[in-house]
Amino acid sequence: MKQKDLILYSSLIILGLAAPYLFSAFKVQLTYLCVLIVLAMTWNLQGGEMGYNTFGNILFYGLGMYLTASVQVGMFFPLAEWTESGGEKTFVHTTAQYFQGIGVGLLVSAIVPAIIAGAIGYAILGLRGHYFAICTLGLGIAAGEIAGGIEIIGAGQGFTTPPFPAEIVDAEARGKFFYFLSFALLVGTFVFVKYIYGSRFRLILNAIRDNEDKAEAMGIQTMKYKIVGWMCSAFFCGLAGGIMGGLIGYIDSTDVAFDGREMGVFMVLMAILGGKGTLWGPVIGATLFHFFKEGLWTLILGWQYVALGVLIVVIVVYFPEGLMGWLREKYPERFGEVIDEKDRKAQVELK
Amino acid sequence: MDFLIFKAPMLMVQASLDGILLGILFALIAYGMALQWGVMNIINIAQGDLVILGGYIAYTIYLWGIHPAWGVIISPIIMFFVGWGLYKLVINKVVDRDLFISILATFGIAIVFQQLMNFIFGADVVVAQSEYGTTMLFDNSVTLPNSKIFSAFISVLYAVALVIYMKKSRLGRAIRATAQNARAAKILGVDTEKVYAATFGINAALCGIAGALISITLTLHPYVGLPYTVRSFMIVIVAGLGNLPAVAVSGMGLGLFEEFADYILGTEFRIGAVFLLLVLILVYRRFKLSKKREYLK
Repeated sequence: MKQKDLILYSSLIILGLAAPYLFSAFKVQLTYLCVLIVLAMTWNLQGGEMGYNTFGNILFYGLGMYLTASVQVGMFFPLAEWTESGGEKTFVHTTAQYFQGIGVGLLVSAIVPAIIAGAIGYAILGLRGHYFAICTLGLGIAAGEIAGGIEIIGAGQGFTTPPFPAEIVDAEARGKFFYFLSFALLVGTFVFVKYIYGSRFRLILNAIRDNEDKAEAMGIQTMKYKIVGWMCSAFFCGLAGGIMGGLIGYIDSTDVAFDGREMGVFMVLMAILGGKGTLWGPVIGATLFHFFKEGLWTLILGWQYVALGVLIVVIVVYFPEGLMGWLREKYPERFGEVIDEKDRKAQVELK
Repeated sequence: MDFLIFKAPMLMVQASLDGILLGILFALIAYGMALQWGVMNIINIAQGDLVILGGYIAYTIYLWGIHPAWGVIISPIIMFFVGWGLYKLVINKVVDRDLFISILATFGIAIVFQQLMNFIFGADVVVAQSEYGTTMLFDNSVTLPNSKIFSAFISVLYAVALVIYMKKSRLGRAIRATAQNARAAKILGVDTEKVYAATFGINAALCGIAGALISITLTLHPYVGLPYTVRSFMIVIVAGLGNLPAVAVSGMGLGLFEEFADYILGTEFRIGAVFLLLVLILVYRRFKLSKKREYLK
């Protein structure tokens, strides 16, 4: 079993490293895929493990996007003039400045959302169930609306992120840079989530999901763990947003950064499609969803949101346990579950 | 920030009147949401999109040359069947399940509705002209469109009619019985499936009325549904389920808040302020309840 795991992981990493060379034309899509998987996995920490269905992780994603770009510009040039002139026309980053900027920017975009998650966590994680869901939905949309009114980060006209340095002539360099950045983030997130899955922390999160009052009665300080869990998600969501901002090159408050209608729903949908509360579920769900989206979106141009809405309804209504849940029901032995035939029959009779 | 409103007291009168008249309209939508939440235990994210759809129905008859005020009669009739169909198609599968499932499923419906309205009616901001004129008050310093007064009057009329209907009619009593205890109602011979469908239909019809009124007082756009959902959700959590006077009062309160936020913070922050208020209200209630070691249920 151990060796099988080793082969699986090493082959996946090799595949990931070779992907931009193998599928050279799809580097942007592969970057998207990595970011989507990260978002689905971090959403799963709340929605799947902790039982707190959040629509608000988009807040950290958008925040990370704005922070990375702002730091990257603000470190070398006055931010207000940059956004005033609509971007790169007045100032040009040198190669060294660009990479220094994005490095520091990503650092900030990981730490600040985590701190914010910690700060608002105490207030918001005290809500439960659908109140939490609606509250976080409101939070994400409020952030988008407010960001769209702030002048220094471009307000309604958007924020152009620094373009990739022109001194690097290799046309492939930009795509490769962002791909490897996002792949590194994906590996980091996966290792972290896998570590959580083997730890006591996960058991505590599951206890909170199954019955928070009982968990509290057992002496677990639930609030502390809920906040820490949310901070972990915010950390990785912020990083994902920062990378995405650099890749897209243009930040709009409601359509790119705090994009509750797309990213905010995608992350929920991907995790549910794959099966929430499992390690591999969000990974598989995100991959499937991305292939579906990229394959079908162009075929049904104009109708993609209708298809998305129908897809949400169908998945949620008919398929709420997701792919992993379905497999689990079908092949329970594979998941290390032993079924007592007598007990199962007894349960059927009770129904 | 613009503090013009504090320098000119007449603006305050203007904002208050606008807010109260608008708030009555919000209360009507919120009443529909409270009804279906209480009876079916469903949170309908598509509520606002039903409102906008109702508005577009009124706008369509306006384009046909009929006065848009007739929309307050035609739109609810059509919307009732839309709601009924929606229930038979999707909602009946999520009634007994986790609330989050209903939130996500109706979110999907909302996206479909938005996009379909975008296809059918276009992405322009539209308004149906009622040509009711305006009333000038206080030496012409406060202007009040008559359409707003009309809309508040119609909202009150429909709300009162609905309350009487719920009290007196057979279906109304069945709905109230189901809300109290669905299982017991079933045992006593109430066809709960039909009651649910009717409840969702009535909710959609209320949305249709509100939408028709919005089409003559405010503006319509395919993507502005979600703020109406959030407003009605907010009113319901402040007022509680099935408490009509409280719904009316908190609706007006929300209308006042919005108009003042509009003047003080600027129009670009108006929707942001609404969503932020939702967060603040929820957080306030959470802290208040946690003193008693309880939480919002």
